[in-house]
Amino acid sequence: MTTYRELLQRTKDEISEIDAGTAQATPGAAWVDVREIDEWQEGHLPGAVHVPRGYLESRIEAVAADKTQPVILYCAAGNRSAFAAKTLQELGYENVHSLAGGFTDWKRNGLEVVLPRTLSPEKRTRYSRHLLIPEIGEEGQLKLLDARILLIGAGGLGSPASLYLAAAGIGTLGIVDADIVDETNLQRQIAHSLDTLGTPKVDSAKRAIQALNPDVDVITYRERLTSENIDRILDDGWDIIVDGADNFPTRYLVNDASVWRGIPVVHGSIYRFEGQVTVFKPHEGPCYRCLFPEPPPPELAPSCAEGGVLGVLPGIVGTLQTNEAIKLAAGIGEPLVGRLLLLDALATEFNEVKIERRADCPVCGDHPTITEYIDYVEFCSHA
Amino acid sequence: MSVVRVPPVLRSEAGGAREVEASGSTVRELLEDLSTRMPALGSKVYGEGEIQSFVNVYVDGEDVRTRNGLDTPVRDSSTVILLPAMAGGR
Repeated sequence: MTTYRELLQRTKDEISEIDAGTAQATPGAAWVDVREIDEWQEGHLPGAVHVPRGYLESRIEAVAADKTQPVILYCAAGNRSAFAAKTLQELGYENVHSLAGGFTDWKRNGLEVVLPRTLSPEKRTRYSRHLLIPEIGEEGQLKLLDARILLIGAGGLGSPASLYLAAAGIGTLGIVDADIVDETNLQRQIAHSLDTLGTPKVDSAKRAIQALNPDVDVITYRERLTSENIDRILDDGWDIIVDGADNFPTRYLVNDASVWRGIPVVHGSIYRFEGQVTVFKPHEGPCYRCLFPEPPPPELAPSCAEGGVLGVLPGIVGTLQTNEAIKLAAGIGEPLVGRLLLLDALATEFNEVKIERRADCPVCGDHPTITEYIDYVEFCSHA
Repeated sequence: MSVVRVPPVLRSEAGGAREVEASGSTVRELLEDLSTRMPALGSKVYGEGEIQSFVNVYVDGEDVRTRNGLDTPVRDSSTVILLPAMAGGR
């Protein structure tokens, strides 16, 4: 009958045990931490991946597919990693080593240790449905919590966008809107309510956001975007802009600024039953001016107040914009860069056209002719 | 005959229609035909031998300006989309 100590000694005799110096000098090694999750969360070795010993056999091949590649295993003291090394040898790994003295000695010798950022239990609960999705997980959720997204407009498009971005846990939301909530808005601008009639839309939206998710930091800009304030607003630092503006002058200002600052813009626009969505990613795809170099004449630019809009339409388009913004923030999926999505809500038909960056674009092209903000005169009346 | 999708801002010029038909083996021929059948619509999109600058024309999902412009070929089964900019966000 073998004791634990005998088993451990016998195992150590059968595997390769190396010290920290030798381990660090091994090129191209995969470092694997076989401890439990609570130990991992208190700190781990730089570049290590976590495969708890209970999952070693089932997960190691996903982490180190090449069995000739050096693998360095460690645990707290060098015991569990010895057993793990033996297991990997049995699985056919040719170049396995166990770190003598484990994490404890490593840390005691003052070598570099990484503290992982993890979600608090409250956040794990709130975002559990995100954490279950492999493409998001904890890493993706942390990216969403770190993201800073600016919403232009807290109206038809901005309402669903602000609510769903807040629900997703976007850490910082900026909202730019000079308007006051009025009754005609309530047919579609669902971030507002009877309770906030007569109050600024940015405050109304902030209230709705914080009732949904207090994790979100909301920065309000109760002003109309112009060449005078756009730099000040953008200087606050934004990763993504969600364009829910209702007029051309603003859209062109946002576009030009985003190209010059390298900020992706998720574009959405609506009229009656039709919507358009795309992502303008500076220098990777087209910008708004590649699509429409100049604003159209007034007769081709009616506002929703003049033409009307199906209430639910901005809900659909704004939510599609939010989907794109979340994908950009988390770095997943294929955003609509170079693709213009067209929605006909009356026929429930989606179409897509390809849009390309133009070398002769006046702003993002090879020889830009527009290098300063333009405040186009706004000719359409708006609600 | 190819199908031409009319954007909402131009539907009044097309008698309210969402789709109209026009024929031509190139974009130029198609727009000429459209202008003959529906002059009000045609003039908003095409004039003096050029596509109006505020409108984009897509044949089977691609901007004709990235293809051969007005000489871009059009097939019977093609779908042509006329797209002016929309500002609405509210």
